[in-house]
Amino acid sequence: MNASIFALDMTDEGVPRLPLGSWVSDAISWITSTFRGLFAAIKSVLEGAYDGLDTVLGGPPFWFIAVALALIALFAKGWKLAVGSLVGFVVIAGVGQWGNAMDSLSLVILASVIALLLAVPLGIWAARNDRVSQAIRPVLDFMQTMPAFVYLIPTVVIFRVGVVPGIVATVIFAMAPGVRFTELGLRQVDREVVEAGHAFGSSEGRILRQIQLPLAMPTIMAGVNQVIMLALSMVVISGMVGAGGLGGDVVQALNRVNVSLGFEAGLAVVILAMFLDRVTSALGTRSKTAKAVAAASASH
Amino acid sequence: MTGLRVEGVYKVFGRRPNEAVKRLRDGATREDVRQWGTAAVIDADLQIASGETFVVMGLSGSGKSTLIRMLNGLWRPTAGRVLLGDDDLGAVSAAQLRSIRQRKVSMVFQHFALLPHRTVRDNAAYPLALQGVDKAERRDKAQQALEMVGLGQWGDSLPHELSGGMRQRVGLARALAADTDILLMDEAFSALDPLIRREMQDQLLELQQTLGKTIVFITHDLNEAMYLGDRIAVMRDGRIVQVGTSEQILSAPADDYVAQFIADVDRTRVLTASSVMRRPAAVAFAGGGPRLALRTMRDAQVAAAYVVDRARVLKGIVRDADAVDATRANKDTLEGIVDTSLTSVSVDTPLSDVFAPAAESPLPVPVTDEKGRLVGVIPRATLLEAMVPPETHTPAEGTPVAAEPTPVLDTADAAPLAPLSVPGLPDEPAPAPVPADDTTEVRA
Repeated sequence: MNASIFALDMTDEGVPRLPLGSWVSDAISWITSTFRGLFAAIKSVLEGAYDGLDTVLGGPPFWFIAVALALIALFAKGWKLAVGSLVGFVVIAGVGQWGNAMDSLSLVILASVIALLLAVPLGIWAARNDRVSQAIRPVLDFMQTMPAFVYLIPTVVIFRVGVVPGIVATVIFAMAPGVRFTELGLRQVDREVVEAGHAFGSSEGRILRQIQLPLAMPTIMAGVNQVIMLALSMVVISGMVGAGGLGGDVVQALNRVNVSLGFEAGLAVVILAMFLDRVTSALGTRSKTAKAVAAASASH
Repeated sequence: MTGLRVEGVYKVFGRRPNEAVKRLRDGATREDVRQWGTAAVIDADLQIASGETFVVMGLSGSGKSTLIRMLNGLWRPTAGRVLLGDDDLGAVSAAQLRSIRQRKVSMVFQHFALLPHRTVRDNAAYPLALQGVDKAERRDKAQQALEMVGLGQWGDSLPHELSGGMRQRVGLARALAADTDILLMDEAFSALDPLIRREMQDQLLELQQTLGKTIVFITHDLNEAMYLGDRIAVMRDGRIVQVGTSEQILSAPADDYVAQFIADVDRTRVLTASSVMRRPAAVAFAGGGPRLALRTMRDAQVAAAYVVDRARVLKGIVRDADAVDATRANKDTLEGIVDTSLTSVSVDTPLSDVFAPAAESPLPVPVTDEKGRLVGVIPRATLLEAMVPPETHTPAEGTPVAAEPTPVLDTADAAPLAPLSVPGLPDEPAPAPVPADDTTEVRA
């Protein structure tokens, strides 16, 4: 048809075919071949970290870890959450998913820590610089709205199947709220208090450490909670690329239309999610600083 | 001690501040340069002496907050110089600026700006930590500062556990703990309710008596400005329109804007007895005898005279009826007929404190200096007249500028007071009748 005249592929709608997909694909293969050494290093570091963490969580007997996690819940919130968590862990063990759950928990912890190590400094930078803030906002939108498993494709190309592409995809997917909440928290800090820091001759670094970060902490902790929840949801999806854990069983159940396995693995994910959510949100509000900040903003 | 100098300072926020300054220097107005930026402070010149309490007064948007923030380098002037002692704040490095802020100038904020997550004591110690003072000394000094503002017991509390007034005391203690010569106070009492505000003003004056700091106080409240300030700068639309003592500003407003502004000030808190007192009409010497006293009263056409000794120290008053009795009894001194119950006021008593003695006294209230010498008197009519703002050249519509004496007389007539014995009014029937019942009351 007309396509031959213009020497251009046309879509069914009569618009020239934009080869965005192939550009991205070309870019990924260029990146893969150019930074082969770097990626290999990243891969071995991540694998090592994951194996170490998984040994700590999955190695000891079930009771030991379950009680240790329940104690964390006790410390963070109270005895009700501790007992509830313990019951939940027994259920997970009862459906034979304990090992998978610990694999997934290792993935979540590792990915969340990396995501926060990247997100918090980025959020601080964005809070202090309007241009940076404007530049990263669309990037964050992109990272959060792109269907999660799309990240798996390039990461698999770069890192091959296994745990590492799962971790990398999870980090990218889960990072955005960490950046956003950090920026928001810092920008919400009372300008006059920051000004007081300047007026008494504090340096920028001290103001950040002694005023801005402590006062922004409740908001940042809300971001940490979001990061962890997103990481958990992504960890399940990364079962598709052989990251193992609960995700592996969920994907397997999907492939075989195995309702009972799917339910059991899914239930374990839910229990783990509730545990992580309650503990992290409680940690955000239980510190003395958080209470003082909350009380101060309530009394205004 | 360190003073402050502000020399030809401009501050323009916006895209092309220097262009705006150039045009402002050529006589453009704030509106003319709006396209290049917002001119917050225009051509400000100030000399603030060491130990002075200097108030910058203006409505919101007048540039006063920007001005005070240039005094510690939170803003850098677009043009002009700010000199703190010998340091030109525009020329120092960032590290030097931090050190100046740590050691020479501290600040109290409108909304207190305390660190909510630290105890009251740690808040007071905050500037000391920045100065590098060690922990034990920090604690002691912070405690001292808290005791100075009456919060010695509250060191372990968190700021949100305190009331607004107490929180601002912590803000003040923090600034005092820094022990800088200069104290900047940005609308420091504006967020407090009126009673607490008055309390804080009194406390600041009291502290200032012993500390003698250089205080720059920003406010939009003229009464506060007049109450606290040794000198006041009035700002309008970024410009300083008048600098002077409160009495200078009240008695000679620089322009109609200032005149309108001071129209509703509580003048009685600002004006002092010395600014309205008159020469006493009849003064009798204690050693002079009743006949001399009577002649003085007759000459002045009044019914009573103030009695002073040789050093002009006020002894009391003598009434004509008593003097006549004494003459008939052939006494040659005023001994025994001098009424000492009269209340006198000192020269620097604010007029607000003259009303009560004036209401009770049948004679104009005598004013004495620090040695008790009679230096003047305040007739009630003068007192009432002083409360009326001076006439402006072109009174703005709706401004209650009352220069005619009518309202004064109305007030005087309406007041349920005994008639005044006004000296220096020859048209009045002489001798002005000192009310007989008053006299009998005093005797009884």
